[in-house]
Amino acid sequence: MKLKGKSFKYGDNVNTDEIIPARYLNSSDPDFLASHCMEDIDPDFVKEKNAGDIIVARKNFGCGSSREHAPIAIKAAEISCVIADSFARIFYRNAINTGLPIIESPDAAADIQKGDELEVDLDGGTIKNLRTKKTFSFEPMPPFAQEIIQAGGLMKYVMKDKQE
Amino acid sequence: MAQTITEKILAAHSDREEAKPGQLIKARIDLCLGNDVTAPIAIKEYQKAGADQVFDPSRIALVLDHFTPNKDIDSAQQCAQVRFFARDHQIEHFYDVGQMGVEHALLPEQGLVLPGDCVIGADSHTCTYGALGAFSTGVGSTDLAAAMITGQAWFKVPEQMRFIYNGKRGKWFGGKDIILFTIGKIGVDGALYRTMNFTGPVIRELPMDDRLALCNMAIEAGAKNGVIEPDEITKEYIKTRAKREYKLYESDSNALYVATYEWDITGMEPQVAFPHLPSNSKPVSRAKEIKIDQAFIGSCTNGRISDLRDAAEILKGNRVDRNVRCIVIPATQEIYRQAMKEGLFDIFLDAGCAVSTPTCGPCLGGHMGILAEGERCIATSNRNFVGRMGHVKSEVYLSNAAVAAASAVTGRITHPEEVAK
Repeated sequence: MKLKGKSFKYGDNVNTDEIIPARYLNSSDPDFLASHCMEDIDPDFVKEKNAGDIIVARKNFGCGSSREHAPIAIKAAEISCVIADSFARIFYRNAINTGLPIIESPDAAADIQKGDELEVDLDGGTIKNLRTKKTFSFEPMPPFAQEIIQAGGLMKYVMKDKQE
Repeated sequence: MAQTITEKILAAHSDREEAKPGQLIKARIDLCLGNDVTAPIAIKEYQKAGADQVFDPSRIALVLDHFTPNKDIDSAQQCAQVRFFARDHQIEHFYDVGQMGVEHALLPEQGLVLPGDCVIGADSHTCTYGALGAFSTGVGSTDLAAAMITGQAWFKVPEQMRFIYNGKRGKWFGGKDIILFTIGKIGVDGALYRTMNFTGPVIRELPMDDRLALCNMAIEAGAKNGVIEPDEITKEYIKTRAKREYKLYESDSNALYVATYEWDITGMEPQVAFPHLPSNSKPVSRAKEIKIDQAFIGSCTNGRISDLRDAAEILKGNRVDRNVRCIVIPATQEIYRQAMKEGLFDIFLDAGCAVSTPTCGPCLGGHMGILAEGERCIATSNRNFVGRMGHVKSEVYLSNAAVAAASAVTGRITHPEEVAK
């Protein structure tokens, strides 16, 4: 799959309270959550983002709570993927389970600045920054994660497995 | 091959001789947990998948603790959804207002999590139960939905880290201080994807409430789980609580660790984590000029009876500063009753504290103590992220219960020995 969008850039340790503050967890409606996505770290995010845009951050993206509301909010905000140096483990798991593409690439994350136009080839494993004209390759997800994503998420994978 | 306690538990739950770091395994779950924030999404996924039966109604715990007693209509709707699901599926361990406590205080207290268990919970602080010698980790709602159907979960066997604590613990230096100090040293991703094995002479003498507080915050270093090998203190804790079989595992002496840290904690001061990361921890004396507007004593980290006793020891015969609101929230009904019996409520009320029924409430900025713009809170909870307890321009400092109580009395962050008689 090929993705194209402009980047929103953040630093280390973007936590789940910043991605979707707990005061909104009295709902699990994806559109409602998307309307408050990144609110406490970047109040302009919701106004500025367009479908297909890409969130880029440094170390330990998604740290903190286990709330699946975080990847749900990002996905419903029509963000096509998240690129970071590294991801916190529950966020990583939740992203796979809910089908939000995430990419670990410290080199790309260091190069990309806010507003850069990016092209991402998920199958080919490359990120291209159109501003700096640099291309970065990344490791594909582990096979088990790809199986879950290909099945359409963990629930479909599990129900298929159960029937066999 | 020599193995750690985590590797042994994961091997036993996936019917293999050994579990090696990096291996992907499908493990049987002894208990899975959801709350009023995470279970609604799990239930939606469960229903969307067309499931109509859970794997075992006695192996699922649903606890309505986050925004309860219902803080608003939306929260009430979410609780109702979980309540109906629990009734329909005859979920044995369903805890509603009146029986409910903060989940990670409640489950160990009720004997629902035991040594040798493999536990997942749709809440990041599920790592708390490692204090009992269990493998226990936080997951998302979809993982919970899958586990409710299959009784299983996927794991990558984590790499093992070891933390050895030597020396003599000071009177006001507890499990919370050990973990704040440790996260301060290794950072909020210092144990990312890994197991934190807590060991050494200090841990062997550490009371269970402190062990639970310590393992509770392993996630704040990015860890998959934190664990303490079970011993006499563990056996004493579970002997009246366990209602099913359990198994005591220990790590082999020659087990492999990717990193080992060793510290002497003799003479260390209580720790305070400054905004806005748990890793910004410093000795309490470095925080002494910082004024506070609120003190919160409670949560899955430090809302246990020993925390309330520590707070009461400080507050006895003292008054909360007139510019401070001090909110005390016993974490479970049992702790609430015990505190009442011991006369701690009289001490809190005489000092001018508000005492509440159990709830996660203010810890995550839910209700029962939200901060206004510019306000500062010292809290015994586990996270001090931007906006965690309210306004995006409010601040949270993390500490143990004695420091929070002493700070409530003086109106600024204070070492307990300054106030203790």
